[in-house]
Amino acid sequence: MNPMSGPETPALRVAGLHFAYPDGTEVLHGIDLTLSPGERVALLGPNGAGKTTLVLHLNGILHGGPGTIDIAGARVNPADRAGLAEIRRRVGIVFQDPDDQLFMPTVAEDVAFGPQNLGVRGDELTTRVDEALAAVGMSDHRDQVPHHLSFGQRRRVAVATVLAMRPEILVLDEPSSNLDPASRRELAEILEPLPVTVLMVTHDLPYALQLCPRAVILDEGRIVADAPTPEVLTDEPLLRAHRLELPFGFDPAAAAARLTR
Amino acid sequence: MGAGHAHPLHLDRVSPVHRLAPEVKIAAVLLFTIIVVVTPRTEFWAFGAYAVLLAVVAGVARVPASWLAKRATIELPFVLLAIALPFAGHGERVDWLGMSLSVDGLHGAWNIFAKGTLGVLASLLLAATTTMRDLILGLDRLHCPTVFTQIATFMLRYLDVLADDARRMRIARLARGYDPRFLWQVKAFAVSVGALFLRAYERGERVYLAMVSRGYAGRMPVLQSARASTGQWVAAASLPAATASIALVAALGS
Repeated sequence: MNPMSGPETPALRVAGLHFAYPDGTEVLHGIDLTLSPGERVALLGPNGAGKTTLVLHLNGILHGGPGTIDIAGARVNPADRAGLAEIRRRVGIVFQDPDDQLFMPTVAEDVAFGPQNLGVRGDELTTRVDEALAAVGMSDHRDQVPHHLSFGQRRRVAVATVLAMRPEILVLDEPSSNLDPASRRELAEILEPLPVTVLMVTHDLPYALQLCPRAVILDEGRIVADAPTPEVLTDEPLLRAHRLELPFGFDPAAAAARLTR
Repeated sequence: MGAGHAHPLHLDRVSPVHRLAPEVKIAAVLLFTIIVVVTPRTEFWAFGAYAVLLAVVAGVARVPASWLAKRATIELPFVLLAIALPFAGHGERVDWLGMSLSVDGLHGAWNIFAKGTLGVLASLLLAATTTMRDLILGLDRLHCPTVFTQIATFMLRYLDVLADDARRMRIARLARGYDPRFLWQVKAFAVSVGALFLRAYERGERVYLAMVSRGYAGRMPVLQSARASTGQWVAAASLPAATASIALVAALGS
């Protein structure tokens, strides 16, 4: 394992990753994926393509198949418990349902949970919690019960719980699901300026276009496309072949032109 | 901390009792209850004095008597049991309003009624002045086994989520014309209880995965929070100290 990470070290490198569940269902058939530091990449794919399985590999929760994963130069090795703790700091996963992620009775305690597991205490802990809550615009809600927040607010707190661990790579599982358009825009405004590498798992193709310059399509356990997002979204036969569809009336070319302006 | 942790037994007020750290209040209520329970049942005046002590605490905590009385009705089933004792008791009997009552049973009934009421009132005062979150924190600082405090913490967070799930499932049943008026229609309800259990179980798995992703390794981080000051302990100790003196006087006097 190489703890040093130079500027040329990829934030994430997945090489030849295979995985089958214990019942024999094969989910991943040799995934190769490299993300440069600071890159924002959308991971697209239909339901059951293996997106969540891939995500759970990134921090060593699932393992066992052939292939390797490196996070900023550190190899994910499930046998190395101390190393795994560092991997879980580097990979911040925001799960789809914020009620799964937020399990503590107050917002601030939940944000503190991750850094506390890393051994952060005292003033440093308070600073981290304050910073993370400020980054998602939830500082005023620190002592509230997660249950009393709106869904969009809970999703933002879920992002904060991971930001407080200062991850190298932020993995978002369906960040825009169940959000109303305003919450969706607010979340985009929060995610856009974050100086971290982002891997965003989503079905929401316009959202991918808005936030991620690069997109990869995962289908049946393989990466079937890896290109700039506008290119992927304008390739209609490719999308159709992998059960991806743009919303009615959405013109990716026009939207991409608006983005660059 | 604890804004919005309202539970039906909590009374959000500003008072010296509300400001006390939870662990000192828990310890005070526990000691008070123990002293009340060990006081011999025939020391009638001692129980009166205990009640006066609680009234003073309620006054300082600005908890209205009517509020306490309404919630103390939880004790009623035990009181009903106590009423049965004088009729069912053995031994020496007295006649009162044409009824033959057992003296031993009367004492037993008084015992249950007085000690039960005092215990319930003390607990209600604790609940009224302490949020649920603070109660758990207090238990934690009193070195209550972490398994219990952690289960309570999870319950505090997920009870509402589960209740929402259950409510949504019920509305979805009603929306499809379910009208549970007959016993044989209970099946749909029973099935939904099963479904709710499965949902809770699956959620538990997902919560655990999310915790592991944030570095959870089987041990919750130790909460670092300001401990109660000596002054707080002394303030809270006044209740059990006064109770103990009354009990002592009663014991010496008899």
